[in-house]
Amino acid sequence: MSKDFETVIGLEVHVELKTRSKIFCSCTNEFGAKPNTNVCPICSGFPGMLPVLNEQVVDYAIKAGLALNCEIAEYCKFDRKNYFYPDLPKAYQISQYDLPICKQGYLDIEANGENKRIGITRAHLEEDAGKLVHQGTISSSTFSLVDLNRSGVPLLEIVSEPDLRSSQEARAYMEKLRSLLLFAGVSDCKMEEGSLRCDANVSVRPYGQEEMGTRAEIKNLNSFKAVEKAIDYEVRRQIEALEDGEEIIQETRTWEEERQITRSMRSKEEAHDYRYFPEPDLPPLRISREWVERILQSLPEMPEKARERLMEEYGLSEYDANLLTLTPDYLAFFDECSLYYKDGKIISNWMMGELTKLLNQKNMDIAECRIKPAALAEMLKLIDEGRISGKMAKDVFETMFETGAGPEKIIKEKGMEQISDEGTLGMIIQEVIDKNPGVVDDYRNGKKKATGFLVGQVMQATKGQANPALVNKILAEKLTS
Amino acid sequence: MDLYELTLHELQEKLHNKQASSEEIVKAVFSRIKDVETKIQAFITLDEEGALDKARKYDVQDHFSSLTGIPYGLKDIICSQGMKTTCASKILENFVPFYDATVASRLKEAGGVLVGKLNMDEFAMGSSTEQSAFFPTRNPWDLDRVPGGSSGGSAAAVAACEIPFALGTDTGGSIRQPASFCGVVGLKPTYGRVSRYGVVAYASSLDQVGVFSRDIRDCALVLNIIAGKDPLDSTCVDIEKPDYTEFLKDDIKGLKIAFPREYFQEGIAQGIKDTVKKALLKYEELGAIVEEVSLPHSEYALPAYYLVAPAEASANLARFDGVRYGRRDFEAENVIQMFSSTRAAGFGDEVKMRIMLGTYALSSGYYDAYYLKALKVRRLIKNDFDKVFEDFDLIVSPTTPTTAFKLGEQTGDPLTLYMNDILTVPINMAGLPGMSIPCGFVDALPVGMQLIGKPFDEGTLIRAAYAFEQNTDYHTAKPDPGVM
Repeated sequence: MSKDFETVIGLEVHVELKTRSKIFCSCTNEFGAKPNTNVCPICSGFPGMLPVLNEQVVDYAIKAGLALNCEIAEYCKFDRKNYFYPDLPKAYQISQYDLPICKQGYLDIEANGENKRIGITRAHLEEDAGKLVHQGTISSSTFSLVDLNRSGVPLLEIVSEPDLRSSQEARAYMEKLRSLLLFAGVSDCKMEEGSLRCDANVSVRPYGQEEMGTRAEIKNLNSFKAVEKAIDYEVRRQIEALEDGEEIIQETRTWEEERQITRSMRSKEEAHDYRYFPEPDLPPLRISREWVERILQSLPEMPEKARERLMEEYGLSEYDANLLTLTPDYLAFFDECSLYYKDGKIISNWMMGELTKLLNQKNMDIAECRIKPAALAEMLKLIDEGRISGKMAKDVFETMFETGAGPEKIIKEKGMEQISDEGTLGMIIQEVIDKNPGVVDDYRNGKKKATGFLVGQVMQATKGQANPALVNKILAEKLTS
Repeated sequence: MDLYELTLHELQEKLHNKQASSEEIVKAVFSRIKDVETKIQAFITLDEEGALDKARKYDVQDHFSSLTGIPYGLKDIICSQGMKTTCASKILENFVPFYDATVASRLKEAGGVLVGKLNMDEFAMGSSTEQSAFFPTRNPWDLDRVPGGSSGGSAAAVAACEIPFALGTDTGGSIRQPASFCGVVGLKPTYGRVSRYGVVAYASSLDQVGVFSRDIRDCALVLNIIAGKDPLDSTCVDIEKPDYTEFLKDDIKGLKIAFPREYFQEGIAQGIKDTVKKALLKYEELGAIVEEVSLPHSEYALPAYYLVAPAEASANLARFDGVRYGRRDFEAENVIQMFSSTRAAGFGDEVKMRIMLGTYALSSGYYDAYYLKALKVRRLIKNDFDKVFEDFDLIVSPTTPTTAFKLGEQTGDPLTLYMNDILTVPINMAGLPGMSIPCGFVDALPVGMQLIGKPFDEGTLIRAAYAFEQNTDYHTAKPDPGVM
């Protein structure tokens, strides 16, 4: 990548709020239902129908706004955004134009080892549109089917300042945003289901130039990876164009996942004139400070607070604390486990190590994990009590992960319990000493390393179940006596 | 008197005293409709069988609600479950809603018997009912003349005694102007007094449902049923609703009435000015205090209205795209073509013109100069009224600049046609309640007097209208379309 150009990125993120019902009617808000089963005359745009604002949507928007350090407007309103499309039943989308519910927030990211604060210009409420379904591909299908289940699902559109300077920063921003919204409990944030969507405004400019370069808006970014790759591609494209003496045109481009390129969709001249005007069917929304306070009180611990707590209370490293606070489910697992087991560092090691490894292998979410936090605590105690070794614990843990059984049960069934009985171990060790007089002599002649061989023999004799600390202790006693 | 000639409250009495059954009343109404409807053409849809079924059911029922067994009609812009609701437009020619508008369900629950759906200007855009995509309605006082509009079918049907009362909608005068042309009572309540849920929107910030009746008592009775908060309409206000029949008292001593200079100027027919001035003398005679005032921004109301209303209409009518209901062009090759050919064939010229006007007014670069400015003018108009209402209880003016004009007289001349609403539009722009009541005749054609009240003070309108009615006999005069 050229060193002469600076990349400037702003992100527009749409988040579906997981309220019980839709934003302007009482239809159920759920993903994956049979087409056109969660619909009514209101969200299908029938003649004479009127929107009524769902208060829970406002609660969630305030929650998200507070999580993103936004100012919550005392007075905001809704507007109509006009355009024709078969999935938009009223041919206008109720949105917020000049007076959004949240503005002037920020979030902190870490990228390339540096901390950076990214501004959030605004976050506004709007309704989602339906979906067009095609048989085969859109170009080969002779007709389109309209599914309006999604029509009227509440969306919060979060617009960042153009503060991001690389695709890594953009990705870090998306991950942080997702984490904050998950902690606030307002959305599933599943990019693959469309409950978190991202458009990127990308431009480049020569270093030192204050004026912004001409930007392209990139759509169809359906994963964090796509966000990163599409931006990288687009930056390269723009720099190459500029270096070839071409001009960048303001346009909307789409990310083609298969070809790993961005492709022009429409130019600025072809852009819609949305003819926004105030929605006459909804009175302006006034949000009292008491309302905001009530939501603030109901807001769960945010990841930053939790991270500090983990570092302070358990002495965790910043790295570990960051990872544990990536999602509320991870933190909840840790917090529950720490109720039963005091050493947070050890819990953290197991979660970051074995647990994450297995989850990644199976491509699973921690919420789907069959090991319960209390079971992990139980297993850690068995290690402390010397009933299993750390090495055995890894096997036990894997079985727990696969079957969901408790550690005690697994140990019993597999006969895996560690031998910690001094009498039993003493007899086995004596046998090993008796069988290897040469090695014993070596030891007594100052070759201290010889114990390693003897310990290995003991382990072999016990199929690895001997308590290693005890073996060392007894062996030392016997050799020096 | 024949049953069809009776008012709603007279019919209530007959039913209560078992002097008539609902079936007899409904039969009388349909027999009247058969006699005059070929001339008036007020109805788009009639449901004789359904109405009779309902009437018979009520006849064997013991308990009475306020409207039990009484026939009525709805303007065809008000959704009625299971009955076509066309908005007098080809695009909704066969649209049958599976839901009732709140006003329709309230009348239904009160026991009313829906006779049919009434003609109008397409999507309520017009002042003569000539813009109906199906046929024009005629004025019962003179069949060569228009009944006014857009709720012309409602006004004509009530005036011709086809039904005792009807509902209409009023965005810029669409209840009061036809009431004036047809010599009946027409009330447009305060914006937010009556639910708009299920009423097909023309201009959402101005539309309001109201009542056509042959006297003031009926108007109060119907308002009692339809007014009041509706959780399905966020603009319908939760404010105490009085019993409007309490205002039916023949006493207006000390009532302070203003008449605005600007509503009696050039352009208003002399005969109408004289008639309304005479009515004002009557008010003085009855003990009211009558004074002239000024509403200085009146002249800007009409141009501002023709920006706000079309702008909202351009969005409201965008949903008629052929995708989910109503007309669709199945021959179109792609979806954009389907949208445009469906709408090109489905909408009439006046509707298309207003959609284009509104689209233009909202376009990028024009918004501030047109729509935003119109909103500011709207505020000034409201301020004018607020100021007058600091000192007065009521404002009185003519309802229309002329009496009913002839069919075809104003078609092709939208500006002249728009002038019909010059005295009624400001009231919608300010969101106030307005009423037109019969106050005399010029050349054997009815003249309407407009009463304008404070927000949510429909009570004072009813009180003043009732006092005038009790001391005059204009409301007893009836046209006779049957003999023509």
